[in-house]
Amino acid sequence: MDVIFGNLDLWGTAIGNTLLVFFGGGAIALVLGLIVGAMRVSPVPIARGVGTAYVNLIRNTPLTLVFFFFVLGYPALGLGRMNLTVLGIIAIGVYTATYVAEVLRAGINTVPVGQAEAARAIGLPFGQVMTSVILPQAFRSVVPPMMSVFIALLKNTTVAAGFSIAELAQLRAAINDSGDRPGSPMEVLLWVAAVFVAMVMLLSLVQNRLEKKWRIAR
Amino acid sequence: MTASVLYDVPGPKAIRRNRVLAVLTIVVVAAILGFVLYRFYLTGQFTAQKWGLFTYSTIWEQILAALGKTLAAFGVAAVGSLVVGFVLAIGRLSDHRWVRVPVTAVTELFRAMPVLIMMMLLYYGLPSVGVKMDPYWAVVIALIVYNGSVLAEVIRAGVESLPRGQKEAGYAIGLRKSGVMRLILMPQAVRAMLPVIVSQLVVTMKDTALGFIITYPELLYLAKQFSSNVQFGRPLLQSAFVIGGIYIVMCFILSGIAHYLERRLRSGSRGTGDAGLSIGPGLVQGGPDPRMHEGGTVTEVLSVQGGR
Repeated sequence: MDVIFGNLDLWGTAIGNTLLVFFGGGAIALVLGLIVGAMRVSPVPIARGVGTAYVNLIRNTPLTLVFFFFVLGYPALGLGRMNLTVLGIIAIGVYTATYVAEVLRAGINTVPVGQAEAARAIGLPFGQVMTSVILPQAFRSVVPPMMSVFIALLKNTTVAAGFSIAELAQLRAAINDSGDRPGSPMEVLLWVAAVFVAMVMLLSLVQNRLEKKWRIAR
Repeated sequence: MTASVLYDVPGPKAIRRNRVLAVLTIVVVAAILGFVLYRFYLTGQFTAQKWGLFTYSTIWEQILAALGKTLAAFGVAAVGSLVVGFVLAIGRLSDHRWVRVPVTAVTELFRAMPVLIMMMLLYYGLPSVGVKMDPYWAVVIALIVYNGSVLAEVIRAGVESLPRGQKEAGYAIGLRKSGVMRLILMPQAVRAMLPVIVSQLVVTMKDTALGFIITYPELLYLAKQFSSNVQFGRPLLQSAFVIGGIYIVMCFILSGIAHYLERRLRSGSRGTGDAGLSIGPGLVQGGPDPRMHEGGTVTEVLSVQGGR
């Protein structure tokens, strides 16, 4: 227990930063993913092409490399100083956006063609077809896989540790390299693992709840 | 494409609007790319000095060696996680409570733990209890345990989505449990889930790049080393582009295989000789899971669940 109570300050920073990266990255991923997902189902071929290129390129790049580009590469462009954590948030947001886009696209695809056809057949304009027929159904099938994306995002925040961003996975270095703080590497890491498992399980629980609540009877 | 579902055939007005949108897209993308390239130019990222590093054959020998390290970790991790995946899946499907419950707990635990934390536990953690572990094994074991648990879920989902009649028919012709599993359920489940399994291997490939954080000398580690080369003006972005290109090509090949398998399975089981057991399309579209409908492919949905 000394590992925790002897280093409360560090644990606070670490958990705070992990949550910051999680929510910040999640917000960027949602906005960017919505744009890219919309591009991928848009009637404009060029927009579809750009969306597809973005998704394919980023998805086939390791997250570590995306971090490498943003956190280490950005300063090389001489655009003024930026906080490491902010750069990390952008990196993880850009990476996760591709998954969000794919989930949204798959969600719209799960709505049977007949639904859109029926809506159009009774004379609804495009706006109403989308807002009252397609999107509500798509939303329901999107929620569970979207939660999975966020669970993955939470686990991915650990990668920031490799780029000196002070979050949970970095905690071992912060505690052990200082020399005079209690706790062996093993203890610190086991606690960190426990924290992550607890957070992931919590998200899974929410996911299961939502999945049951939003299930569509087809 | 979904365009036909969501949109009517465009009339003259819609065609005009689409053209405007197309031009707008081009302008925005060109502006972003242009700005980045302009900054690259201003900070001298295109100079021969910075790219000069990659004209030496010894550098490429180093890259090949690092590529070998990446592939060595990936290969062992891929095979290992498949084996572990099958073992855990069979354990989770067991009829015996005392097998099923602990195996389920282990699978859930390792699926919830970030791979990097597991690598760190093995590499930084174990020495404090007196076990010294090579970075290579830390990377490989962490990847095996994590991806094995994910694959176990995938395989189990494959088995459980099979029609119940398959199992009953197996028992009816007098097979034992092992026979039903080995001869009837597993082949069908694996066939149906093959695209997901390959997609998970793409994830495994990408995750080998985490090894750089615990000093395993793979491709990205090499890129970091190149980027501190003063003689060539610290070519950080240049080495990231070269190494990134290599990763993208490798993952593209694997993703391509996954897509190919998926399309083949969706187009039915022609020419495989087991038309009677055709389950490809049936599984993809039917199933109790509301997420699995045509269009929203199993691979997309499950690979998303799988994580990274």
